[in-house]
Amino acid sequence: MSLGRTYAVALMGLDGSLIEVEADIGQSLPNFVILGLPDASLNESRDRIRAAAKNAGIPLSARKITVNLIPASLPKRGSGFDLAILMAALRANGDIRDTGNTVFLSEVGLDGRLRPVRGVLPAVIAAVDSGHGDIVVARENLAEAELVPGARVLGFDSVAAALLHFGAKPQELTLPTASPQRPDTDGARSAPERPALDMADIAGQAEPRFAVEIAAAGAHHLMMMGPPGAGKTMIAERLPGLLPDLNDAHAMEATAIHSLAGAAASCRELLRRPPFENPHHSATPAAIIGGGSGIPRPGAASRAHRGVLFLDEAPEYERRVLDALRQPLESGSLVIHRAVGAAAYPARFQLVLAANPCPCGLASGKGANCTCTAQQRRRYFGRLSGPLLDRVDLQLTVQRVSMADYSTNEASESTATVARRVAEARAAQRERLQRWGLSTNSEVPGTILKKELKLPESVVRPLNDAMRRETITARGYDRVLKVAWTMADLRGLTQPGPNEILEAQQLRQQVVTS
Amino acid sequence: MKAKDVLGRRGEAVAADYLTQLGLRVIDRNWKCPSGEIDIVAIDRGTLVVVEVKTRSSLDYGHPFEAINAAKLARLYALASQWARAHDLRFSGFRVDAVAVLDTGVDAPRVEHLRAVS
Repeated sequence: MSLGRTYAVALMGLDGSLIEVEADIGQSLPNFVILGLPDASLNESRDRIRAAAKNAGIPLSARKITVNLIPASLPKRGSGFDLAILMAALRANGDIRDTGNTVFLSEVGLDGRLRPVRGVLPAVIAAVDSGHGDIVVARENLAEAELVPGARVLGFDSVAAALLHFGAKPQELTLPTASPQRPDTDGARSAPERPALDMADIAGQAEPRFAVEIAAAGAHHLMMMGPPGAGKTMIAERLPGLLPDLNDAHAMEATAIHSLAGAAASCRELLRRPPFENPHHSATPAAIIGGGSGIPRPGAASRAHRGVLFLDEAPEYERRVLDALRQPLESGSLVIHRAVGAAAYPARFQLVLAANPCPCGLASGKGANCTCTAQQRRRYFGRLSGPLLDRVDLQLTVQRVSMADYSTNEASESTATVARRVAEARAAQRERLQRWGLSTNSEVPGTILKKELKLPESVVRPLNDAMRRETITARGYDRVLKVAWTMADLRGLTQPGPNEILEAQQLRQQVVTS
Repeated sequence: MKAKDVLGRRGEAVAADYLTQLGLRVIDRNWKCPSGEIDIVAIDRGTLVVVEVKTRSSLDYGHPFEAINAAKLARLYALASQWARAHDLRFSGFRVDAVAVLDTGVDAPRVEHLRAVS
């Protein structure tokens, strides 16, 4: 037997393809060739594998080893193929038994230890989907791989331990005596728990509090404008706390992205709390929507999938960064094209924008101390294009906290109280919308709002007037309706009345740009 | 003679015996010309066989075959035709073989043979 066959997974974005790894040993001078579009880091695996096999006690054959990665036309990158290639090469030489359908996802060190790799979760999902439930990973990746239902995962510390499992002769193997101390991801390294951000910390600010509650309840996008120190960031940071836990499917999606975006073996359990991404305003399009050389990696927008993307100082962002968000806001996903191929990442996030009223930040209230020229102010908001703001359901001005509110001893409502109302409103939405397969008001398409969920003319008259005066776009019209529905859900009404429509309109028009 | 040359000579003798056992006819040993040396020249059913022999006393510095690189092979191919021209002989074809001899000095030498390497 001079042919060995094992399996691995190549990731293109979050989509994994099962890769068949064939190794052939030819009766020719020693050589090691990898075919099937390997990138530089995958070509380096030849030297890693040779050293790891020797140090595990079973050197590779001193003949020509040809490794083929099938399908050959799919570009492959990274170090996650190491173990699969090593096992195929040793199988070809008859050193181990046939590994069957087992999928190997691990990097090897020169010393023969198994190293964790990135993106194990999406890779295991792909393997299980294609009927390969048996997975071998490095021990650090074990917890992550086991999150996938249907996966039978084995975690090993070393190549030797894996070889032993697959029938190598124990007397030939060099099992590492004591594994050197590795940073423990459970304990020492994890940062001290940050104090939970609670809505009770916000003094006064009744309107922004209401707006963030609506945003949480209906998954609406939110824009806040106000002077520095008014508490915009504070409010935004408390939005994730109001959101309900992610369900199994959403948690799996979010964890898969973080498995790919984070450090190797950084995921140990499903991400149950909605993520919060707060990029700096100097971020490039690649940092926000994803990119990088080779197969593009997820950006902040995808890391915020099923959570909150907070753009503080939104007008300071480059215009093309802001406009790049329009596609994910509509479709909930991002497709990034690069030379090696296109990667699709989900990006269904809740957008929260914060902005100062002008570049110097003093143009609120009377604006007496503002030093900005009219032109500067116009240019400042010009970055926030109409099409982007049109997608933001809630737009409001945040005023400075008044002395009376700040010094009061009356405690504001806590996150727990508000979150309970949000959960009830979400339940009401699910009940109403489940027949269309939707769960939040922000997802409801205009056609349903106009037909099945049509409101009486008496209720929507102010909106129709605005439409006739052309002060509101068709999309804006729908968005006001969606916010009104969320308000009704929070108040326990069966459908919005004229009050909800008016208030929803208020929460859309307060930020006047340019 | 240096120790390594003694080892090499012994390895070549072992290789020549091995090839003879296989049915090849060894017709020349250590043929030298300005562009290099052929360890063993043999004939296998009308085919000229140029054999490179590598001998090692241990595997500590890698397998003997690992020391045969592309440049060495190219030189052997050139030498094969030079040898044939020098002896004014014609063959139906020629090939380059490699023989690895592991001679630890304790057990009997271990011989590995690759035919028609490229």
